Amino acid sequence: MGIQRSEVEKVAKLSRIALRDDQVDLFAEQLSRILNYVDQLNQLDTADVEPLSHALPVANVFREDVPQASLTADAALGNAPARTAAGFKVPRVLDDGGSA
Amino acid sequence: MSDERSVRLVVGLEVHVHMKTRTKLFCSCATSFGDPPNTHCCPVCLGMPGVLPVMNREAYRLGVMTAMALGCTINERTKWDRKHYYYPDLPKNYQISQYDRPLGEHGLLEIETPAGRKAVRILRVHLEEDAGKLNHAPGGEECSEVDLNRAGTPLLEIVSEPDITSVEEARAYCTSLRQLVTYLGVSEANMQMGHMRFEPNINLHVAEHGETFATPIVELKNLNSFRAVERSIAFEARRQLAEWDETHRTLKAAGKTTRGYNDDTGETFVQREKEEAHDYRYFPEPDLVVVTPEASWLEELQQTLPELPLAKKDRFVREFGLGEYDAGVLTATIEMARYFEAVAAASGSPKAAANWVTQGLAREMNERGVTAESEADFPVTASHLAELVRAVESGTINKQAGDKVLRAMIDTGRTAGEIIEAEGLAQTSDAGDLDRWIEEALAANPGPAADYRAGKKQALGRIMGHIMKASKGKANPRLVTERLEKKLSE
Repeated sequence: MGIQRSEVEKVAKLSRIALRDDQVDLFAEQLSRILNYVDQLNQLDTADVEPLSHALPVANVFREDVPQASLTADAALGNAPARTAAGFKVPRVLDDGGSA
Repeated sequence: MSDERSVRLVVGLEVHVHMKTRTKLFCSCATSFGDPPNTHCCPVCLGMPGVLPVMNREAYRLGVMTAMALGCTINERTKWDRKHYYYPDLPKNYQISQYDRPLGEHGLLEIETPAGRKAVRILRVHLEEDAGKLNHAPGGEECSEVDLNRAGTPLLEIVSEPDITSVEEARAYCTSLRQLVTYLGVSEANMQMGHMRFEPNINLHVAEHGETFATPIVELKNLNSFRAVERSIAFEARRQLAEWDETHRTLKAAGKTTRGYNDDTGETFVQREKEEAHDYRYFPEPDLVVVTPEASWLEELQQTLPELPLAKKDRFVREFGLGEYDAGVLTATIEMARYFEAVAAASGSPKAAANWVTQGLAREMNERGVTAESEADFPVTASHLAELVRAVESGTINKQAGDKVLRAMIDTGRTAGEIIEAEGLAQTSDAGDLDRWIEEALAANPGPAADYRAGKKQALGRIMGHIMKASKGKANPRLVTERLEKKLSE
């Protein structure tokens, strides 16, 4: 099972990661090795094994619907690279309907 | 071959409902509306590294309840998935949602349309977290501002099958869903506060030259009023037909696109497609465990489901002999239905109670600009209105006096009994008084009396009017009519 350069490029783009050309080759090769390794599991007959979506044998963990104190706005904004008086400051987002 | 063609509108609706919980879906921050920005945030809903989301039990319960009321199969095992996309209002860069194991699937919502009732199939019901809010160019600055108070608040997403075939059905579906979630207490469903958001998927099936073609599907994003749903779908139907005539592009060739809707112009417009926006790279949320609801808990929940709107309406018609229209008015909201049922039970006259609630009381509330969103909003209590209904039904006062008493009840807060007593409104059934008024009226109206005797039955109205005026409305109209008719046939 091989991972092509194009797949690495696509995933990188979706993940907003900028890769150098040599990194694309490197990750294609490494990711192929990882998938091949995991692919060995396909040799097993899992017809009688129930599908698992979680590694823990635990289910139904809930909390009650009771409010607890939140952070202050200043604390919430404390790690932000940039802020306005009341909010996180981000580069201007164009509305989806914008003409640009 | 016939040149006739037929065009069928095909619509499926995704509806997001803001749930009425006290806290967010995965953390204990309070849900709020209109509070100062970023005052209901914690490391979990801010998407800090190393934090653990924990599921809100109440949100899950309300979600399952809704799915049950929609007749869905409740999955014995439901799980959470991460849906990835990048937008500044989504702090984690993924939204916790449900992908392949939603909490409920395959239900029905019965709607009322001008053409009768129709069942719209429900594909799925699932829970997910909402995103934050973006404020573009705050104070004219060249930036956007993010408020994460709403980030992580619970949303219920309800997806229908493409069973809706007209604008009217789309509206009926949306209003029925709103009615349902308010009956269930799942949401306040306040439209002004954006508690419901609609995303219709629209295309046309054009049958011509013996073949049927499907036009490309258009998904409209983030509509927040019933009117926007109606107008945008109507516009899309026209636009797609025009486009079909021009291009003959089919769904197969063009696939699905997303369009926006401008409420000012009533038109839809092309949206910039986010590159590979539909590649959300879903995978199971490793930080949340699966939910496997117990059969006994589900059974219990099923028992607590309230009577649903259409069932209630049908019962009002069947049990109380109400007309379809009145039954609809009285079941429009659960508060109205509860109030009416209390008046009906306490007065012992459901039909008269229905008339008083839908007419007299509704008129007074309209004039005062009151809408009942809770039982406390009704200007008179159900037991007080029932006392008035009893007073009229037993003949203690007549209908006109009843209207006066109702106004006085609302204005003064006194009971019907107190007002009738204080104002001397009780009807007179005393034979001597009645006969005296009848004699006077006949003497004053020789013409109508003669007309009546000559067979013009409606002439009685003039004489009755005189009597009611002379008695200041206190003459018992039923007795007066009886005695008057007898007198005139002597």
